[in-house]
Amino acid sequence: MTVGLSHYLTVAAILFTIGIFGIFLNRKNVIVILMSIELMMLAVNLNLVAFSSFHNDLVGQVFALIVLTVAAAEAAIGLAIVVVYFRNRGTIDVAEIDSLKG
Amino acid sequence: MPVTESLNLVAILPELVLAVGAMALLMLGVATREERGDLILWLAVGVLVVAGIFIACGEGTETLFGGSFIVDPYARMLKLLCLVGAAVSLIMSVPYWRAFGGMRFEYPILLLFAATGMLMMISAYDLIALYVGLELQSLALYVVAAFKRDSARSSEAGLKYFVLGALSSGMLLYGASLVYGFTGSTEFAQIASAVQPSGANLGLIFGLVFLMAGFAFKISAVPFHMWTPDVYEGAPTPVTAFFAAAPKIAAMALTVRVLISAFPALTTEWQQIVVFLAIASMGLGSFAAIGQRNIKRLMAYSSIGHMGYALVGLASGTVAGVQGVIIYLAIYLVMTLGMFACVLAMRRDGKMVENIDQLSGLSRTSPRMALVLAILLFSLAGIPPLAGFFAKFYVFLAAIESGLYALAVVGVLLSVVGAFYYLRIVKIMYFDDPAEPFEEMPASLAIIAGVSGALTLFYVVYPAPLVEAAGVAAKALF
Repeated sequence: MTVGLSHYLTVAAILFTIGIFGIFLNRKNVIVILMSIELMMLAVNLNLVAFSSFHNDLVGQVFALIVLTVAAAEAAIGLAIVVVYFRNRGTIDVAEIDSLKG
Repeated sequence: MPVTESLNLVAILPELVLAVGAMALLMLGVATREERGDLILWLAVGVLVVAGIFIACGEGTETLFGGSFIVDPYARMLKLLCLVGAAVSLIMSVPYWRAFGGMRFEYPILLLFAATGMLMMISAYDLIALYVGLELQSLALYVVAAFKRDSARSSEAGLKYFVLGALSSGMLLYGASLVYGFTGSTEFAQIASAVQPSGANLGLIFGLVFLMAGFAFKISAVPFHMWTPDVYEGAPTPVTAFFAAAPKIAAMALTVRVLISAFPALTTEWQQIVVFLAIASMGLGSFAAIGQRNIKRLMAYSSIGHMGYALVGLASGTVAGVQGVIIYLAIYLVMTLGMFACVLAMRRDGKMVENIDQLSGLSRTSPRMALVLAILLFSLAGIPPLAGFFAKFYVFLAAIESGLYALAVVGVLLSVVGAFYYLRIVKIMYFDDPAEPFEEMPASLAIIAGVSGALTLFYVVYPAPLVEAAGVAAKALF
């Protein structure tokens, strides 16, 4: 069996779904949410690279590189906000992020 | 061909001014170690004004960077609105930081970076440019939401905004990757020519849906609105004012541009989604706000509702509809800035108060503020002859012209429900027993609130400039 475009897309779709479920089902730790977001970005990159190779077009790979860069910046800012939050509340338990409600 | 020949830097001068200005101010801030950052803030306002002048001077339509960036009347009009929102909310923040501290020179610089991102979003004509602009904006906004770093509420707002914002960026990207895969290009013009109305396959529809989910997050349309009330309540009030004004307009501008110029062939498909988003947003904005006591939360639900009304214009998918969206956004911007100028003036004993019951009897303690608030609230409720009525009028008219009768009827009914909670505030201000008076309103806030109230009140006298400018801008898209 040869590995074709649809296989890559399926793997990417599974990764993406795991990422989304990781954000919503996780009740313990904000760091896990950051990891899930990373997983979603990786699924997108896999998609982009697979399509790029399929179309024989470089744009997809350029897009993937830009996504990688921005995702790194995003993770840095996310971690910084988590640190600030931890200093104020002394916990990063997801279930306790509930002081804003209404 | 040498690269320099194909680059026309004059067209992207506003973005360059903002980006270079922000970096220069960052160096200046580090070098002077100015604690309060007032100088940097006013210089940042200056940079925004200069960028605005460059935008206003441009004309015609130009595409740059191999067709990934477009400068047309539509982009110019919405960029100006964003810059007005950014500059005014920056000026409004001065009395707040002066009274409560917590200002550092990074605040205006982050707003400048966010403004750069917004300008890039509005001009994006390629999925990559769109993503980079959107992220430049979002990353700066996550930080300003958590700007009061010693406040648990502010950092929680920042955390929630970050998690949901990153989730929405992920969905948008996944959609973008599918659109790229099934059309073979990231440029809007080529996507538009690759999509055939009959041959829209499932993968492309999936991509479109994911893209729209990402956009709905950014404009806080239901069902992707959950972050809005929490972030609006937790973030420092001047930051909330900024959130309600500029990024909403940029995200809506981006949504309209992508749907109209990249997917004209799929209008019937995205129209269904937009109609659903519009009805859900108008409904939630009207009903959920009824029980709110916190004015910032109330404004969050109000902004969700208003984005729903703006989407009614987009749902029609015609020039008149887009024109209605632009007029709606302009009037929404003026009303929101005025409302937040008043919210920022709700101070008592050196503290901000945010409960709407604290406004009771305001007509006797500070009649002028009560009058401006009443005008703005009547306008937000859409009562003629105030500007807010005409904003709704144009979008509903466009919806009826393109046969979306049910949408228009539901919209009008929901705006009646929405009027209830705006008018309740007027009742609290005018008919309840006076509470202790607020501290005197700082002059800058009084001027902003006054100008906003006057524009809202007298829009009916001379609506032509806005309507014409919006018409020219809307035609550029088709």
